[in-house]
Amino acid sequence: MGKSEVHPFIVKDCALIQIATGYKAQSLKDLKEYMGAVDIDCVYYHFWGSLMAPAFEEPEFNNDFASWVYKELHDPLLAERLAVIDPCDYDDLEELRQELIDIIEARMDELEYMPVAKYDKQFHFIRGFLVVFDTYKRIEDPAHLAFEVPKMSAGSLFYHFIDARRRTPDRVDDFRAWLYGFGDEYKPLCDKLAGIDPFFTTLTDLRETLAKIFREYFGA
Amino acid sequence: MGKLDKLAEITGYHVVEHLYQLAHWVKGLKVVHINSTKEGGGVAEILKNIVPLMKELGIEAHWEIITGGDLFFQCTKAMHNALHGRHVVISERLIREYERTNEENAQKLGALLSDADIVFIHDPQPAALIAHFPDRKGKWIWRCHIDVSRPVRSVWRYLRNFVTEYDASIFHLATFAQHLPHPMFLIPPSIDPLGEKNVPLSELEVKAVLSELGVDVDRPYVLQVSRFDRLKDPIGVIEAYRMVKRYSPSLQLVLAGGGASDDPEGMAVLEEVKMAAEGDPDIKVLYLPPKADRTINALQRGAVVVLQKSIREGFGLTVTEAMWKFKPVIGGDTGGIRLQVVNHHTGFLVNSPEGAALRIRYFLNNPDKIDEMGKKAHKFVLENFLITRHLRDYLTVMISLLHGLKGRLELV
Repeated sequence: MGKSEVHPFIVKDCALIQIATGYKAQSLKDLKEYMGAVDIDCVYYHFWGSLMAPAFEEPEFNNDFASWVYKELHDPLLAERLAVIDPCDYDDLEELRQELIDIIEARMDELEYMPVAKYDKQFHFIRGFLVVFDTYKRIEDPAHLAFEVPKMSAGSLFYHFIDARRRTPDRVDDFRAWLYGFGDEYKPLCDKLAGIDPFFTTLTDLRETLAKIFREYFGA
Repeated sequence: MGKLDKLAEITGYHVVEHLYQLAHWVKGLKVVHINSTKEGGGVAEILKNIVPLMKELGIEAHWEIITGGDLFFQCTKAMHNALHGRHVVISERLIREYERTNEENAQKLGALLSDADIVFIHDPQPAALIAHFPDRKGKWIWRCHIDVSRPVRSVWRYLRNFVTEYDASIFHLATFAQHLPHPMFLIPPSIDPLGEKNVPLSELEVKAVLSELGVDVDRPYVLQVSRFDRLKDPIGVIEAYRMVKRYSPSLQLVLAGGGASDDPEGMAVLEEVKMAAEGDPDIKVLYLPPKADRTINALQRGAVVVLQKSIREGFGLTVTEAMWKFKPVIGGDTGGIRLQVVNHHTGFLVNSPEGAALRIRYFLNNPDKIDEMGKKAHKFVLENFLITRHLRDYLTVMISLLHGLKGRLELV
């Protein structure tokens, strides 16, 4: 498909607000039970949404469940099993939720005791509410990504690079989804984008990484 | 140049552009913030910064305070302590005064509040205002700045009668959220990098301020800046300093803080601290006036190590301020300090004077670590705890409440 036939890239932006659910897990058993009971948006938040929340630059795990199990329940084995889950492998969030419950249940069967966290180190189930809006910016030519991406807000990057993996049919970011529309022309660029793991970076660092890739590719 | 443009120079223009785009959806709305003091404490400081920025974004923002007498503030201070988990007795007389004062203020603020699109009520002092506006037009939000994770239940039950009437509440952290029949948003507070308390200062100015305060500029000092409040554990800080002093005889300690008009206990705690410090000329206990922002700025910049050894802490903006100035912080392992002090990265979390002493000694012997952790601390604040992020969260809450909280919201 030629450039003129591909629709422009619509730059959107978003803001995510955290909402407490009141569900607090003290033990592994609580984690499993509440996992089945909470709003499905909680599962989204603890995998994806927390990347928009205050977080330190060096996350050890790619989701909050694994992190809590490791730090507060002191169960590194279960933490590793939870951390290996790639949420993009699941068609919907209910399937992902079920996988989490299955892994936790399997671990409970193996254990001879029930791990419990200290009173004030509970796991708090949080729901993320996403507000998405159009910036009315359009990118017609892929080469323009080299100077548009460095100007994007953290919300735009989250929406197009992380949240997109839930929305797009191939579970890819919006940049690749758009570039695929040009056929094989940008395949090397798409391969580079595929190599970025968004779960182990901050949005600020992600912006720099993306900007560098686009700059180098387009020689800007 | 507007303030938002100046902030953009620090945060990047994309951050401010994002704010303008979000604000487009709430432009022209009448938003009212109510608290109980214009001076002293974190809430007044945030409002002083955030209200003008809301106006700059095209929102008709107002900030009003409720007024009350000594009995009212005795009551609200007792409530504050009880919500932090300290056992106190609040007499019927004080409760009546609390309700009467809220009723009086409701009359005074009636026209403004009845007509507002969004009302933010900050902390317990004005929480009961809502009872006097049964026909309110707008959305009312209770903004809690206190660590209410383990409140005295009887006091929380009383306050909850009012809080449940609100359309939403906001807490700093999920740990603080209680069971309430409305959405409970989570928003940490923030600092203003352009405020007098955080603007860059020359080394010359820092030294001049320190000399004026009697601090020896040629010797290192550790610092805690906070209101004189038992929950901030100033006595524990003195104990920690004394444990370190035998290893670092040249060390000084500065305990600096002011009072707030809604805190009647401050002077009593100050006296306790002065007594504990008696006999050691290297301990400076500084009671600062409300407008001492630049002095606090200088004190934070000059300190070798900053402490916030609170026993309970809503958030701890002094932690954020110190981190912004490239200082790692030794903080109490509690409340909002945990969100900021990432153990071994942006500082250390401690649980006792002994723990604080150990970490002070570690820093004094590893100055490279102060630099390394200080840089991480600054970046962490830049990305998460500046006023621009706070403003974005408030705008998002307003939009969410006006449009509904189902699934995700696509604004078109």
